[in-house]
Amino acid sequence: MTEHESAANEASASASPDAGDEGASQQYLSFFLGGQEYGTDILRVQEIKGWDTVTRVPYSPDFILGVINLRGAIVPVVDLRVRFALESAPFDTATVVIVVRVAGARGERIVGLVVDAVSDVYSFSAEDIQPPPEAVGTLDQMYVLGLAKLGDKLVIILDIERLVISSVLGDIKAA
Amino acid sequence: MSIDQEMEEILQLFFEESLEGLDTMESGLLTLDGSANRETINTIFRAAHSIKGGAGTFGFMEISGFTHSVETLLDEMRNGTRGITPDALQVLLQSVDVIREMVKSAQAKQPIVMVGATALSGELLRILAQKGAPANSAAESAATNLPIPAAVPAAPDAPAAQAAAMADEPDASEAAVSSKSAGIAVNGNPPVGALEGWRIVFEPDLSLFKTCNDPMRIFDELANLGPLEVEAHTAKVPPFGELDPTQCLLSWTLLLRSAAEHARVAEVFDWVDANSKIAYEPIYGAAVSAGVPIPPAADLPQAPGQRPMTSSDVPAAQPASGKSGGESGSLRVATEKVDALINLVGELVITQSMLGRFAEKYEPQDIESLRRSLAQLTRNTRELQESVLQIRMLPIGFSFNRFPRLVHDLSRKLGKKVDLKLCGENTELDKTVLEKISDPLVHLVRNALDHGLESPEARLAAGKSETGTLELNAFHEGGSIVIEVKDDGAGLNKDRILAKARERGLVDADAQLSDENIYNLIFVAGFSTADTVSDVSGRGVGMDVVRRNINDLGGHVQILSVPGRGSTIRIRLPLTLAILEGQMLRVGKEIYVASLVSIIETVQSKREDLSCVAGRTELFKHRSDYLPVIRLYDLFGIEPDSRDITDGLLVVLEAEGRRVAMLVDELLAQQQVVIKSLETNFKQVPGLAGATIHGDGTVALILDVPGLVRTFLERQSMQLGRAA
Repeated sequence: MTEHESAANEASASASPDAGDEGASQQYLSFFLGGQEYGTDILRVQEIKGWDTVTRVPYSPDFILGVINLRGAIVPVVDLRVRFALESAPFDTATVVIVVRVAGARGERIVGLVVDAVSDVYSFSAEDIQPPPEAVGTLDQMYVLGLAKLGDKLVIILDIERLVISSVLGDIKAA
Repeated sequence: MSIDQEMEEILQLFFEESLEGLDTMESGLLTLDGSANRETINTIFRAAHSIKGGAGTFGFMEISGFTHSVETLLDEMRNGTRGITPDALQVLLQSVDVIREMVKSAQAKQPIVMVGATALSGELLRILAQKGAPANSAAESAATNLPIPAAVPAAPDAPAAQAAAMADEPDASEAAVSSKSAGIAVNGNPPVGALEGWRIVFEPDLSLFKTCNDPMRIFDELANLGPLEVEAHTAKVPPFGELDPTQCLLSWTLLLRSAAEHARVAEVFDWVDANSKIAYEPIYGAAVSAGVPIPPAADLPQAPGQRPMTSSDVPAAQPASGKSGGESGSLRVATEKVDALINLVGELVITQSMLGRFAEKYEPQDIESLRRSLAQLTRNTRELQESVLQIRMLPIGFSFNRFPRLVHDLSRKLGKKVDLKLCGENTELDKTVLEKISDPLVHLVRNALDHGLESPEARLAAGKSETGTLELNAFHEGGSIVIEVKDDGAGLNKDRILAKARERGLVDADAQLSDENIYNLIFVAGFSTADTVSDVSGRGVGMDVVRRNINDLGGHVQILSVPGRGSTIRIRLPLTLAILEGQMLRVGKEIYVASLVSIIETVQSKREDLSCVAGRTELFKHRSDYLPVIRLYDLFGIEPDSRDITDGLLVVLEAEGRRVAMLVDELLAQQQVVIKSLETNFKQVPGLAGATIHGDGTVALILDVPGLVRTFLERQSMQLGRAA
């Protein structure tokens, strides 16, 4: 428990994008959704697991696939492809669930995110990340922390906390 | 550990012990109601004395000051110089409340509010000022247990008390004192002349400091009784390097020149535990000096120059690492830890059932032994689970304990005579259930006292004994706990309830209701038949809260009543909230779990039992009732096997006194399931109480039957509104 807490503290301490620490770089896990690469603060990621059966929960928005059993905890699974209004890919053995831990109003929540594939781990420093433009594709600006350029690639850094909490609690902002 | 921490622990110990002492005082005072028992008064007095002493030691002067007056009053009762009047008892009971509040404020590190204490102090002083007629006017022996009017100055209640007072003579007190503490010996020399003083040989146990005793304080207290000579014996004290400061290696011979009686002297050593040797030797003689007047101990300045030794090399007290024996053997465990343990064990059960599946699938030669060991594992896990769940189980006595006081106060206020009977206090139930059931029980007891039991006059008129009986009963019955609140009062007045309900428009004027349905009306919010609103009950809030709380716990309330004979309110609750006896239900491809206790029965419906009202609400005729049909697939958006009601099964469910029929495709196994929260990582979903994990590791959702019914009714009224 204390380990988790300290991890979470570290995460929240280092997650603030405007931490003006020159040269201090942070690691991001990147994944693919509909051909675009996205990144999330790696300290939020608890584990990555394969796709398994989910139990549908009534009265849930369509991007909530249902709940799974993660070693005794009931964990909701969000399909980010549906969340971002992207074309849904079939669920197969390559389909991956990224399990993230985010701090909510009522304590920490564990949530699974379905993505097409996990890509890589990158280190970006604060100046590598540019503030987001008005709109990023179909994605609301409020869920984007910034854009990171990597050669000719563009990685969209997500505010995973805000995204997950809004998804799970269902106060859906137009995605 | 720092001194501050140690001090904090000692303080907490003091608070706990004080609160325990107050409980002892309260229960003791309540039993004094009936008959004056010298031992009981002594117990109460000792508890008050300990609290006063402890509070003084820790500097809570407000508490010790107030408790001092209480102690004085108790002392007079103990000595028989004052009778035990209901008036005085009431003030003492209120004092207990006030002290409890003060202790709690001190514990919460808040300033001690003196409002209650100040008001009550006046009352105490008033009673103390009514110096009762001296105890020897035996003619006044109002030894009956009838309440004595408060105006009569505290009459001595029995000659027995006098005899008891006489027993404070040194020779007679031997038996009384040695029964209290085996370690204290009294040398009962025959009296030669007037009692002049005491020679006390005090050989404390090594653990004296650990029991929070400070010899200095004891000697100071003794010095308050009269001139004191102290001789310390240091023979056992080792060289400084080998000294263990936590042990008391000193012993003392004390010479007290005071005519104080034995009990008064021994009282100073009240806190010293039984392993210490204390010998009292009275000194008699031709009066050398007149007996030193004994001023109240607390007011006397400390006698200077009498300090027996320096205390600098001996720490005053040690944290009580192990409280001395006599504990109730209970264990205080952080609920989170226990919850985690329950979680783990739940996992173990799941793992085991996964293994069980493998054993069924593959059948090599040694499958038998594998099965045997699995059977073993099954038994082990089950036992482990049961014992772990036991940690959370507490006897219902924790909740029942508050009722003697409540009934005492209320019956006084209402002018009723009540005999409270508690049965099955040792029946255990889950801590969470226990905590949540306490308030509803208080409501029910208040109701029974206010509405159920009649006044003494009415009871006599009805040919019943003047004193009513209120019985609280708890017992286990088939995986549930049943709690009954039973009174032998007038019973529920069906006609009046019905009339009131019709007046309020709760029931149609011509509706025919069964007795049970009528009784259930008292659970409707805002319903009250009480003609006047008192501060006890009658506002119509309470019973609806009672039922809601009990339903939230997955329980039921049932009312049984016989006019003129009394009523019984029976509460049935699950033993624990962590595990549910579940019935698996299948709708289409989805599986849900319903609590077995909410299922009345399951039936295959026939076409002729079904009807449709207003083209919308489907009704199913179940026995004599018409139940609305809930199509679960419709409510939850599932693709079912069939939409025809006669193809599926109708599960008759009861929630909040309402019955509905729920359409499902198939009934599967019944199984104990471990309840997991959906809210921890997700959110509350209408109609769902939580989730559980199947044998194959997948998640099944648990239906919240009352919530489901509410959701269904809301939807229906919305649809009706749209149609209109």
